[in-house]
Amino acid sequence: MKVVVGLGSCGIAAGGNKVLEAIKSEVENRGIHVDVKKAGCIGMCYLEPIVEVIDDGGNKTTYVKVTPEIVKEIFENHIEKGNVVSEYVLSEEDRSYIEGQKRIALRNCGIIDPESIDEYIESGGYKALEKAIKEMTPERVIEEIKISGLRGRGGAGFPTWFKWNATRIAPGAPKYVVCNADEGDPGAFMDRSVLEGDPHSVLEGMAIAAYAIGAERGYIYVRAEYPLAIKRLEIAIEQARQRGFLGKNIMGTDFSFDITIKAGAGAFVCGEETALIASLEGERGMPRLKPPFPAQRGFMGKPTNINNVETFANVPWIIKNGGKAFAAIGTEKSKGTKVFALAGKVQRGGLVEVPMGIPLREVIFNIGGGIKGNRKVKAVQLGGPSGGCIPESLLDTPVDYESIVKTGAIMGSGGMIVMDETTCMVDMARFFLDFTQKESCGKCTHCRIGTKRMLEILERICQGQGEESDIELLEEIAMNVKEGSLCGLGQTAPNPVLTTLKYFRHEYEAHIKDKKCPAKQCKALISYRIDPEKCKSCGLCARKCPVGTIKGSKGQPYEIISENCTKCGTCLEVCRFGAVVVE
Amino acid sequence: MSCCTSKGHGLEQKFPDEEVDLEALEQVLKEYRGNPSSLITVLQKAQDIYGYLPRKALYHIAREIGVKPAKVFGVATFYAQFRLKPIGKHLIMVCHGTACHVNGAELITSALCDELKISEGETTPDGLFTLQNVACLGCCSLAPVMMIDGEAYGKLTPDKARNVIREILRKETAKGEV
Repeated sequence: MKVVVGLGSCGIAAGGNKVLEAIKSEVENRGIHVDVKKAGCIGMCYLEPIVEVIDDGGNKTTYVKVTPEIVKEIFENHIEKGNVVSEYVLSEEDRSYIEGQKRIALRNCGIIDPESIDEYIESGGYKALEKAIKEMTPERVIEEIKISGLRGRGGAGFPTWFKWNATRIAPGAPKYVVCNADEGDPGAFMDRSVLEGDPHSVLEGMAIAAYAIGAERGYIYVRAEYPLAIKRLEIAIEQARQRGFLGKNIMGTDFSFDITIKAGAGAFVCGEETALIASLEGERGMPRLKPPFPAQRGFMGKPTNINNVETFANVPWIIKNGGKAFAAIGTEKSKGTKVFALAGKVQRGGLVEVPMGIPLREVIFNIGGGIKGNRKVKAVQLGGPSGGCIPESLLDTPVDYESIVKTGAIMGSGGMIVMDETTCMVDMARFFLDFTQKESCGKCTHCRIGTKRMLEILERICQGQGEESDIELLEEIAMNVKEGSLCGLGQTAPNPVLTTLKYFRHEYEAHIKDKKCPAKQCKALISYRIDPEKCKSCGLCARKCPVGTIKGSKGQPYEIISENCTKCGTCLEVCRFGAVVVE
Repeated sequence: MSCCTSKGHGLEQKFPDEEVDLEALEQVLKEYRGNPSSLITVLQKAQDIYGYLPRKALYHIAREIGVKPAKVFGVATFYAQFRLKPIGKHLIMVCHGTACHVNGAELITSALCDELKISEGETTPDGLFTLQNVACLGCCSLAPVMMIDGEAYGKLTPDKARNVIREILRKETAKGEV
């Protein structure tokens, strides 16, 4: 009997560690033999904590939203007596969440114990590395990646083989391989889940890349905000060294390669290659002009190949199964799969990996289960602060690099935020601009000052102080920022504004001309009122109101004295009769 | 700007002298002395030791690593992770990632500001709480989320968030009375 607990960051946040403790103490108290294992995130974050019970016959039962109390029931009935506690088992409907997916980068996530190299090897791990260094020339490895059609999963979609080859043929030594794990897009956690759930696949992918380009040293630049990912990487690197998959003369060949972890320190711009290199060198993370590209002059001025976590995680699968098998999935120009972090107003949020070419609508409805509370979907945001909002009318757009760019958004690293009618699109644009404006490194004038001016205009519009000329001014500054910035941060910073202006101009106009927020989100443009018909005068809102601005007495409908109301939303939240109205 | 016109150094005025045990850094410096490219790592370790980056420690690191103090200060102020001021006993991090934003993170922060009577980024006068907005905690399916002392609180409402703070405060007062 084996019990597996999902302990990615999301599982832990949902109480996974308490569940693990409960399981351990049940095992101890009952004096039975049960193998208790940890796994990474299976992707169904909305059902965490998840516990799997695997009996000796290999039958797997998945329990969801487990609490220490439920653990007790599972032990009493299932583990001791063999009766599945069906109440808490993953439903058929939720099973479709996983079944609609095609998992390559996430092939082991949530299935193997990320802290056990044995489980990785049992699932076929490090076989691809062995094949590459023993049976293939570096040129052949690059050729295989070329056949696969793999493109950078960090967002820009640059062909991976091209970068590898450019680094391989560049003069200069030593050469470096860098894994970009500086996942800064707010609302994206694909890389974190891969690092937490299957760190060895990234190490193996990096080692194969190193062999192909002729590097002996690798760095993983990972966000310091991901302590669990760092810890699991450290464990994995140490295990790989002990087993001879990293270090000198790997598997008895001439090939030597080792990896060092560098923790980033919280700067979104460091996702940009040249800024990342500056940060690796201990400098402020400011981008520089390209060319020379990192493939020619990168870390310490030497040829450096930088790929994203998900890109590396795909590499062992490609080498093992062949480039053709990978290229058989997807569209003409976008091959393989893409991992998305599905979140926002969607029913089932979590991590999904889908074949390229699948329509956005299928991801949101078939896998994500549609919108919470039966509301209508308004838009989906792809690519975070560098991306854009795609309206409902374009949800049949297939997931591939070119089709998504046509809408004005970008594929991005994989953040997919679903929005419903209660999301204000002007506020969304303001939110992203606020982010990029703070994260601008300040080197280019247009990015530094342009984003600031754009933010001020958007804030003014949300405050109800927008002017008729604001939309044109926003468009003008946006174009200047795009053209006058050196790196991707500035070049894409106006995208959230431009796409919302393109598809939701009427919302901007409602804010500016009618001084109304159609989504009823912008505080300055809404007011709270109690509907006397619905009010049962229970007085709960008055007791909860933090500023004491709700007056009334038993038998009389309550009333909000609007001049003191801070529009905090507490009354709306606590009223059980739906009597609080926002208008 | 005041730092250019006043006689003293801006840094000294902004961050007054304090007693800092520089010996605590020795273990870290032993490994990285004279290695400028490890500056970020050293600053991270220093912050682990002191809870923030004291000014004296910054000068000391500059000397030992072999770079100018201006560069150390430049790096320390560039990255969001580094703090130049001490923080309160409990660090409240309110997630303002996209998923949390569309699910009402703004209401959570303003409820906490009101409850603690401080602005975002500040520490309460009793030194108990520091309130900080952060970019993304990565548990988007629990949005809106806050993290206090490493523990995540999900699916918050303004009212729930206030209650979490009151509960911590209640425990703190109980401790004080014992």
